Amino acid sequence: MNTFTEQFKRSLVIAEKNIKIYYSKGPVILFGLVFPLFLALAFYIGRNIPLKETLPGLIGMTTFFTATAVGPSIVPWETRSKTLEMLLSRPVAIGTIIVGDMLSSFIFGLIISVIPLALTLFWGIQPLNFIILLLGLIIATLCFAALSVLLSAYPPTDIPATSMMLSSLVKFPLVFLSGVFIPVAQLPYWGKAIASISPLTYFTDMVWKLFINNGFYPLALDFLALIAFTVVFTFATIKLHEKTLAKRLS
Amino acid sequence: MYNAISVQDLTKHYDNVIALNHISFEVEKGQIFGFLGPNGAGKSTTVRILTGLIKPDGGKAFVMGFDILKNPIEAKQHIGVVPEVSNAYVDLTAWENIILIGKLYGMPPQKLKENATNLLKEFGLYEVKDRLVKGFSKGMKQRLLLCMALVNDPELLFLDEPTSGLDVESARLLREKITQYNKDGKTIFISTHNMDEANQLCHRIAIINHGKIAAVDTPENLRAQSMELQYIEVAFNKNINLQEFSKNPSITKAVSKGNKVYIYTADPPTVIEFLVEYAKENNLRIFSLNTMMPSLEDVFIKLISSKEAIIQ
Repeated sequence: MNTFTEQFKRSLVIAEKNIKIYYSKGPVILFGLVFPLFLALAFYIGRNIPLKETLPGLIGMTTFFTATAVGPSIVPWETRSKTLEMLLSRPVAIGTIIVGDMLSSFIFGLIISVIPLALTLFWGIQPLNFIILLLGLIIATLCFAALSVLLSAYPPTDIPATSMMLSSLVKFPLVFLSGVFIPVAQLPYWGKAIASISPLTYFTDMVWKLFINNGFYPLALDFLALIAFTVVFTFATIKLHEKTLAKRLS
Repeated sequence: MYNAISVQDLTKHYDNVIALNHISFEVEKGQIFGFLGPNGAGKSTTVRILTGLIKPDGGKAFVMGFDILKNPIEAKQHIGVVPEVSNAYVDLTAWENIILIGKLYGMPPQKLKENATNLLKEFGLYEVKDRLVKGFSKGMKQRLLLCMALVNDPELLFLDEPTSGLDVESARLLREKITQYNKDGKTIFISTHNMDEANQLCHRIAIINHGKIAAVDTPENLRAQSMELQYIEVAFNKNINLQEFSKNPSITKAVSKGNKVYIYTADPPTVIEFLVEYAKENNLRIFSLNTMMPSLEDVFIKLISSKEAIIQ
């Protein structure tokens, strides 16, 4: 009856509910739309570099910020309004709810990230392989969505602002350490070492390669790293939320 | 044939505090079961365990034949839950809330829409089904919660303080619906503070205190077990001296409130004879005289105020 497929269908129901409720919330608009837009403008305006060279950073940043905009706040919001309790008293596992939250972050991130991608095509800038870029975008968005829900697991707070603030403490340093502004190849040795532990590095590296043919890692490694990060983040998110659930509901 | 709920030796600690101390009870199918206790007695913890929200430290709980620890999804598939505090999504409409819940039970779309429409009409919410829940009154929210709990046509319904804070009319409607759903074959588990409600609705009652079950029985049997709490309410035409009553060995206690005297006894006929004789001797007139059975509230207070009364 409640097979994996049945629970996944219920995750989709939860994702649909999240889309209806959370996409229009202030912090989501701010962190998911306004913030990457202004960061991108600040990054481009006044710098005498070709548009093509700003694209990897722009796409990486947009994907990262939009895919991580919804996730950190859903669980605290639902804890506070007691709707998490309401969901958990229905035939769904905590993992089902977490996957639902991940999916809503993923869809939001994907929809918004398609905009800069469409603009590149509009400006006549072609990636080396569009299908690979699209696949990379999908995996990266899923990876960042899993990371965003993971960021709400600890501490088990019911204050969305606390979760958003803590997630920003992780997100901002990652943007500066992941080859968004400077390609990984041009980073010093210690910079490369730090960048290698960030999932965003592998996505921006992939985009650098596909637009400017200036990647540091092999394309296959970028893909493998993103898949590995996605699996680890998803597993860790579910396990951590399971572990902190009793405290969250008390 | 399994019971709707079977709780065996359930234990739960919060840090160093014992919330549930080896409790056991059964709820037969088709019963309305009342779960009474003061604040902090362990009611909510029990309901949270039975609805799969938290895990116990020890013991077992079966809901509709499924182990809530080993098969929580299967167990929850058969239940509906109405919490004390409204937890519908205020940013969704009433219709969207019900449909969301139905989908979480994996209901077929056509059946879901049919059930949602019927329930909203039954509870007088159909006209406002497309309004956001944030604009609903407490009574409307409570009725919506019942619609959400019933949309999957559950065999077992958990109600946590269902009429708390409701106006008289909404509370009466809710009680009528609870009785009706029970007649339709549903088992109902009510956690409540309201003694009258428990007395009116429940077939059996469990009283919990300090994490232990103090008693489980029918309301009538619980009252019968506490016959020393029977009392005679008598009104004389003049004030009287209660010291006379304390000499009578059949009288446990006598209290004067307003123009009435309340005389507690396990032997009402003997005390009535004494009162009639007393009135004659003192040239008093008896305006009214009633023999009162102990209320459920009396039994409840006796049980929770006496540690020795803990029978399990």
